[in-house]
Amino acid sequence: MPLSDADLVHLRTIVARHGGEPTELLQILREVQAYLHHVPHEAMVFLYEVLQVPPAQIQGVVEFYSFLSTTPRGHYDLRVSDSITDQMLGSRALAADLCERLGVRLGETRADGAVSVDYTSCTGMCEQGPAGLVNGLALTRLDRARIGRIAELVEAGAPLEAWPEEFFAVADNVHKPGLLLENGFEPGAALAKLFERGRDATFAELEQSGLRGRGGAGFNTAWKWRFCYEGPDEDSFCPMDKRSEVQRFVICNADEGEPGTFKDRVLLNSHAHRVFEGMTVCAALVGAKRGFLYLRGEYLHLYQPLLAVLEERRRLGLLGQTIQGREGFDFDIKIHLGAGAYICGEESALIESLEGKRGNPRNRPPYPVTHGYLGQPTVVNNVETFLSAAMIALHGGAWFAAHGTEKSKGSKILSISGDCARPGIYEYPFGTTVAEILADCGASDPFGAQVGGPSGTFISDKEFGRKLAFEDLATGGSFIVFGQGRDPLEVARNFTHFFAHESCGFCTPCRVGTALLRNIHDKICAGHGTPYDLAELADLGKIIKGASHCGLGQTAANPILTTLERYPGLYEARLKETVFQPGFDLDGALEVSRRLTGRDDAHAHLEQANQ
Amino acid sequence: MKPYHISIDGQAVPYQPGQTIMEAATAAGIYIPHLCHNPEFKPHGSCKLCTVKVNGRSAAACTMPAGEGQEIQNNTPELNATRRAITRMLFVEGNHICPGCEKTGNCQLQAVGYYVGMLDTHYPHFFPTRRVDASHPDVMLDLDRCIVCELCVRASRDVDGKNVFGLAGRGLQTRLVVNSASGLLKDTDFSAGDKAAQVCPVGAILIKRKGYEVPIGERIFDHHTIGEVSLEHDQAVLGADHG
Repeated sequence: MPLSDADLVHLRTIVARHGGEPTELLQILREVQAYLHHVPHEAMVFLYEVLQVPPAQIQGVVEFYSFLSTTPRGHYDLRVSDSITDQMLGSRALAADLCERLGVRLGETRADGAVSVDYTSCTGMCEQGPAGLVNGLALTRLDRARIGRIAELVEAGAPLEAWPEEFFAVADNVHKPGLLLENGFEPGAALAKLFERGRDATFAELEQSGLRGRGGAGFNTAWKWRFCYEGPDEDSFCPMDKRSEVQRFVICNADEGEPGTFKDRVLLNSHAHRVFEGMTVCAALVGAKRGFLYLRGEYLHLYQPLLAVLEERRRLGLLGQTIQGREGFDFDIKIHLGAGAYICGEESALIESLEGKRGNPRNRPPYPVTHGYLGQPTVVNNVETFLSAAMIALHGGAWFAAHGTEKSKGSKILSISGDCARPGIYEYPFGTTVAEILADCGASDPFGAQVGGPSGTFISDKEFGRKLAFEDLATGGSFIVFGQGRDPLEVARNFTHFFAHESCGFCTPCRVGTALLRNIHDKICAGHGTPYDLAELADLGKIIKGASHCGLGQTAANPILTTLERYPGLYEARLKETVFQPGFDLDGALEVSRRLTGRDDAHAHLEQANQ
Repeated sequence: MKPYHISIDGQAVPYQPGQTIMEAATAAGIYIPHLCHNPEFKPHGSCKLCTVKVNGRSAAACTMPAGEGQEIQNNTPELNATRRAITRMLFVEGNHICPGCEKTGNCQLQAVGYYVGMLDTHYPHFFPTRRVDASHPDVMLDLDRCIVCELCVRASRDVDGKNVFGLAGRGLQTRLVVNSASGLLKDTDFSAGDKAAQVCPVGAILIKRKGYEVPIGERIFDHHTIGEVSLEHDQAVLGADHG
């Protein structure tokens, strides 16, 4: 169907608002999707003409991100979070209820185009689920009553502004503030301290703090920033005046997609000044003029409030030109929204996404710190890392390093969800034991916990003495508690489906392997598995782990491998009793040969057929 | 010039700074299986067939720079098992019809299958539904056999300067698409003489009216292993680059 003149005018406005920049492709497509409820072929052709981006690239991007679609979604596009914590809170029954009330099948759009219902990966509302999204906006604390009311509002065609505010209420739920969260912060204080101390002394403080990246990998932050400041090797051959001309970028990774993680949501909601100030401190140290906050699409509700904080900082002279009166210190931050792709949390995939491309992780080396955004030196750090850096710039390295362990200084903010009385945000010094954390959040008699999300570590009740630290249990912040009565196989199944859904498809072992793992695991859960399938899972898991391109594939088999190791009995209990399940009657197939050879002794028969 | 060396399966292999492990191995006559790699194009690192162990850690030989002190494992039972598994994955992901395929005997995927000792596909097939694009007068696209190596994408963009192909979809749905408003090959400036029409390692891009010109039994891999053929080709390309 051709686009109407009014549609074309609207599309032109969207493109103009983004300066007609090809790097803005994902942002433009998000707005086209919101306006037309999909990105039709005609819109892709139009964008191809005005942006001069090849149609295959546009189609490639549309088909890559979960929140964009080539076929129409409903005017109300409802998505129910399919994270394990939401499932434990009854999300799947609620989704079925919603579909029944609205007369629509899951994953489909109703014939009148009014509504579509689907599942989506973790929305980061695990402590106030079951959660969902309507046209990208977060819905929390869903229950039967709310589902009923939502169905009525949809049928009445009520605009989202008219929906009850409490449906969209997102609470912080901070239960235990620690080193970072219990100390106050005045916007500009860390920058003032930085200028008082000077660049070298601030670098030294950061080094002394021992801060390691909070995204999970734990790279030393001071080193990363110094590498960016020094630039790539080839720059060291440039004259000094040329080196200072190199553009550098600071990117804050707020694509918190690891199921069970939501602490960055809280930090951005209540402590955005600290995060932006940390980015500005980084910019001052490495010499960057531009920064990006890559905000996951699921946190759309934070977009306007964060724009307001950025505007306030510009007003306070903490962003923009001549920051805090320092001639030549110019830095500003732009917010980029994601569109439903877990892989974009991987730093090089995130950069590709920022450039308006599919979120495929790049080959490394070179690393983003020397060849990042648009091929320039780029610091990519997590929300909590920048917040910590701001606090270190203010209070000094020793203040931070006095907490934690030998190799893990400072504190860690955790998102705790699952089977516990008080799910929410907790901050602990590194070195705290799992047992202590479980006691604090009111987890009575759990059988295990997933630390670091699906890509992290599953620990059983025999391992609760283990410590939160890079030396033992590293974590980006996800901490999911499983009570007695939960089935470890169902947990592994949820995670395995998640990885197969989120694999970017770039490399063979992850693209095909995660789908094979999912299918074999499903077969076992359905009661059709044999010992052969268990061996296959272990073998395949090892191959995917060893040969995949990035962290997603390298960790995708962990949920299966760790549960196989800890609960072999539970897996075996699901198997068929036969050692081998043939697809046909093996012995029967030999009948013709027996007749031809005139043999019918015991050796002419196959034993397994009788087992 | 100071000689630099890496070690591959215990053998000292010289390299020039800036070379990848694959380039150093090729120059030394060591074959590391690969499909998405072709030295005529920028390394891609997606098929992972060339996975080697560098000081104990896995890396794609085609993208990993060679460096001092690297102890590399290549021809080991474990790595060969991984390569066999990856080759099988590529087979079950698509719809491969080796006995009837025009490319049989000239197909690199099939030849790698022989090389890694693959006797069956082992994994359950996905049997995807994929489109045939026969719209172009001289070239046919049969995506059933595409292994998303992006060689045609790179060749068209970097050599032909036409940018005819791209990738769309995600995960197992990742697929080759054509860069035209209609999505059809006939609406591009693609021609059978393009580099991109020649580089497909499988039978996804086929030149029309050329079927079975060379009889089966007299084709490349009917008489040579992919190791021999690949080394000869890749060394010639590297030689041309450095010569």
